[in-house]
Amino acid sequence: MSDYHLDHLQYLETEAIHVMREVAGEFERPALLFSGGKDSICLLRLAEKAFRPSDLPLPLLNVDTGHHFPELNTFRDARAKELGAKLIIRRVEDAIASGFATPAPGEVSRNRLQIPTLLAAIDEFRFECCIGGARRDEEKSRAKERFFSFRDSFGQWDPKNQRPEIWNLYNGRLNPGENMRVFPLSNWTEQDVWEYIRREQLAVPSIYFSHHRTCVRRGGQWLPVNDIVPPKPNEDVRALVVRVRTIGDIISTGLVESPADSVDDIIVEIAAARVTERGSRADDKSSEAAMEDRKKAGYF
Amino acid sequence: MSAPSPSPISHLPSPAAGGAARLTDILRFNTCGSVDDGKSTLIGRLLYDSKSLMEDQLEALERSADITGGGQVNLANLTDGLRAEREQGITIDVAYRYFATPRRKFIIADTPGHIQYTRNMVTGASAANLSIVLVDARLGVIEQSRRHTYLASLLRIPHLVVAVNKMDLVGWSEARFNEIRAEFEKFLPRLDIKDVKFIPISALNGDNVVDASVNTPWYPGPTLLHHLETVHIGSDWNLNGFRLPVQWVNRPNNPTDPRLHDFRGFSGQIAGGIVRPGQKVMVLPGGQVTTVKEIWTYDGSVAEAFCPQSITLLLADDIDVSRGNMIIGQNHLPGSSSDLLANVCWMHQRPLVAGKKCWLKHTTHNVQVAVTALNHRLDISTFETLPAPAELALNDIGEIRLRTASPIFFDGYETNRLTGSFILIEQGTHATVAAGMLLPPREVVRPDATDFVI
Ligand SMILES: Nc1nc2c(ncn2[C@@H]2O[C@H](COP(=O)(O)OP(=O)(O)OP(=O)(O)O)[C@@H](O)[C@H]2O)c(=O)[nH]1
Ligand SMILES: [Mg+2]
Repeated sequence: MSDYHLDHLQYLETEAIHVMREVAGEFERPALLFSGGKDSICLLRLAEKAFRPSDLPLPLLNVDTGHHFPELNTFRDARAKELGAKLIIRRVEDAIASGFATPAPGEVSRNRLQIPTLLAAIDEFRFECCIGGARRDEEKSRAKERFFSFRDSFGQWDPKNQRPEIWNLYNGRLNPGENMRVFPLSNWTEQDVWEYIRREQLAVPSIYFSHHRTCVRRGGQWLPVNDIVPPKPNEDVRALVVRVRTIGDIISTGLVESPADSVDDIIVEIAAARVTERGSRADDKSSEAAMEDRKKAGYF
Repeated sequence: MSAPSPSPISHLPSPAAGGAARLTDILRFNTCGSVDDGKSTLIGRLLYDSKSLMEDQLEALERSADITGGGQVNLANLTDGLRAEREQGITIDVAYRYFATPRRKFIIADTPGHIQYTRNMVTGASAANLSIVLVDARLGVIEQSRRHTYLASLLRIPHLVVAVNKMDLVGWSEARFNEIRAEFEKFLPRLDIKDVKFIPISALNGDNVVDASVNTPWYPGPTLLHHLETVHIGSDWNLNGFRLPVQWVNRPNNPTDPRLHDFRGFSGQIAGGIVRPGQKVMVLPGGQVTTVKEIWTYDGSVAEAFCPQSITLLLADDIDVSRGNMIIGQNHLPGSSSDLLANVCWMHQRPLVAGKKCWLKHTTHNVQVAVTALNHRLDISTFETLPAPAELALNDIGEIRLRTASPIFFDGYETNRLTGSFILIEQGTHATVAAGMLLPPREVVRPDATDFVI
């Protein structure tokens, strides 16, 4: 029966398409969180596979922290246009101005402030369901996520009381004000994502590939030199050949020194890697439960 | 054999062309058993010894050992990812982990042993090809070992491993191992598990997990990892009767592109069988018979598609089809009824009593349902069934009878997991309150009664 066999990527693909179509079938106003990062690039291809030749039955939503890599935003806008998809952008900047989001004294990072910005956008458009590209292999509180992750009317995740999720039968029922986050890539690993990008020949932002950049050593990692938190005179600044493995904000994304300048190279590099992709992000390291706390508050 | 058939829905570069491109399969397994039997420790050990852990994960593990463990690394912390779990040293909800060896990819579900969280165990086990039931060698077979073994059998997980753990605490006693094995073998014949393997291990020290143990010279069998890598997983999917539960009607509604103007496709994941263009199919519940015009996919039309691929079907006739309908082939007809018998695992604090109304979700079909009778409840300690119980309480397993507001089209769970399973959703709270496995149909769809070609 080997003719009727799916390899692991085909299996992950059909699982994800099924999840996407369940979203379209069960929700009136879903949205897809599209950042331009590698995971959401795969999500968009899966959306095409799920819904073509129709238009995508859901808009793309991006929370712009104002601290994005410029390459990422350029890519995001171009890709949305190419697909003829509706792209909604909500800015942390505006959420601060309108009082939805309030920075703590001296808080430079926009990480926490994305949360109220996202929740305000969900309210504004009355989205009942947001599809996101999170994967369980990223981090250990994410490893506890369901495909259909229920959020109460404050956008909170209650990890001790999740809905059972049995077989491929997803319970999408909500009461007013409640919300669902759906993660079609739950079972994908970083390796799977890149193998899928290769198989589908998907374009990705240039910063994933090896390039020259001036970097500053901070908190044990190389961060891109930027205007928001410029280097201090005593900091170690160097010109390096680097790439990003996971994209966060420009002030917190650690760069890895790497000569990988093609998808094939990246796949080889990941297979040999000895740290996880999140190992290069300062925002997750602060405590064992950093991600769990942010998710409980309404983070993707 | 004739020429190889075209590979549907795949534009795989040949394995050689992609360099590292591999055709690997996935084994999904879960760990189960009672609290503190060592499930999470075992998974930690498996990841650790197969070198699937990364440096930053190890660092985090060592950091927490220094803070809370008096310097002793706690392998269970690798999967006990919630703060409440680490505080209490127990697993509350399923954690999924991924690793690969050159032979296979693995998706692991580490499920909780505590009886309070049985629904999370079912969540983690429902998709598994293989279950590892852990037993603490000191305690032997206890109620939770029996419950989880029974659930694995009820869920029809084809392979079972009984890992007799903490062998270090019983002096590596072969006699103790054989005793536990005999206890299992007493009740296994009453269950429906085809393949069972017993392995003596120490999750804490790693004996017989990845590396063979020097402490068990009397055990000739494989290590756990070796078994996981080599156990034969045949197709879990039913390839006999074609079933396409319609998920989404694909209508581009594009007045300018003539090619798309009349496009009306029915999208879904094939839940059984194989489909080819030109094949006769029937649409349920209407019973209209028509022909498959085209199997549309993003990657082009295909000559054949099979379970569990996701496709879009175009039909020769203009028939009213919507989400929740099912398109079927002419052979191996499914059951059709609104009077159903099923085994359920009840998952809510509020007990189930006869008369309760719920939503039933079966494939893509949502329908109101009333529980008309509780036929029996299983006694886990004896595996006897107790007829006509007054209620099914949290974590009870039993057979019930249901009446749906309109007929559903289904197979017995034993022949098709996808069309034989359902969940019950409580009205009002929308909690998922039961997992259901349908008994084989007593009446199938009658093509002659409904056969009219339009
Ligand atoms: N001596 C010994 N101790 C073990 C062994 N395996 C696990 N333990 C210990 O048993 C305790 C419970 O282990 P866990 O892995 O947390 O148990 P669990 O089965 O995951 O528990 P729940 O998930 O809460 O049901 C821990 O203190 C482990 O260190 C073993 O092989 N030998
Ligand atoms: Mg555990």
